[in-house]
Amino acid sequence: MSKISVFKEGMKDGIPIGLGYFAVAFSLGIAARNAGLTAFQATISSMLCNASAGQYAGYTLISAGGTYLEMALVTAIANARYLLMSFALSQRLNPKTSLVHRLLLGFSSITDELFGIAILRQGYLNPYYSYGAFSVASPGWALGTMLGVIAGNILPDRVVSALSVALYGMFLAVIIPASKTNKIIRLVVIVSFILSFLSNYISLFNFMNSGTKTIVLTIVLSLLAAIIFPVENGDNYE
Amino acid sequence: MNNAYVYIFIMFIVTYIIRVLPLTIMRKKIKNKIIQSFLYYVPYVTLSIMTFPTMMYATNSLVAGVSAFVLGLFIAWFDGSLFKVAISCSIVVFIIELFI
Repeated sequence: MSKISVFKEGMKDGIPIGLGYFAVAFSLGIAARNAGLTAFQATISSMLCNASAGQYAGYTLISAGGTYLEMALVTAIANARYLLMSFALSQRLNPKTSLVHRLLLGFSSITDELFGIAILRQGYLNPYYSYGAFSVASPGWALGTMLGVIAGNILPDRVVSALSVALYGMFLAVIIPASKTNKIIRLVVIVSFILSFLSNYISLFNFMNSGTKTIVLTIVLSLLAAIIFPVENGDNYE
Repeated sequence: MNNAYVYIFIMFIVTYIIRVLPLTIMRKKIKNKIIQSFLYYVPYVTLSIMTFPTMMYATNSLVAGVSAFVLGLFIAWFDGSLFKVAISCSIVVFIIELFI
């Protein structure tokens, strides 16, 4: 298949992703606005990062006035799953794939949804497929974020309130289906919920902002889970 | 508040490095089982922590927030579609807050 037809195929598969991104990014834009970012700043961050949870964690840290080091840590933790996806995808590339393509794929193919459709392709991944999907999906993300910031200022308070939960809905759509099929993940999710809830009331956590709390709880709980329930094949994101 | 552009730049660099390292430099698989498992659990833990209880406080009224969380759990359990879950949560908040 020619590069162009593969690119077009990617574009076609990217359309539903772009639409979903648009709705969720709107909610992300509201979070960015609450953190004090302008529409321009929020849009730039969406274009550069394309990371729902990562950006949300970042915005939370900005509104808490965290340090730059905290920002680096919280971004790394919230995006750690991309490391696994990238490992999985690297196994699906033709070993001869050039460095330029690898650098571009790192930017354009590793989000929950774009990775999901790329890894389902047969045989070696043709980078142009991912570029095509990204070219359609990513504008949805950036545009949604921008409108979220702008409309957050214009729309009635009630509408903003309703839209602000969409992002959390997206997070639930990642953790809950996995909890349904995997008992250990279910347990991990429930324990995380409980400790996250308690950490709001335990004075030990008072000196930390919410970003640091997320980092500490994530590292401790994931490490405990890894020790108690080691997985056979940690990169089974397929 | 620190400079917003520096924050955004850090977010970008860290996110990109995480995504691109395995595709470029670290092409071997991770052998250590604990590290492998740790990375496997991190997304579930961190997304859980960021969702609960924050989601319930994200709306104007607590009742609406709690309802959105419960409905989100329910729909995600029976139908995993991202878009459906996100929109249903928003709609339930909107409807409940009409009456409050």
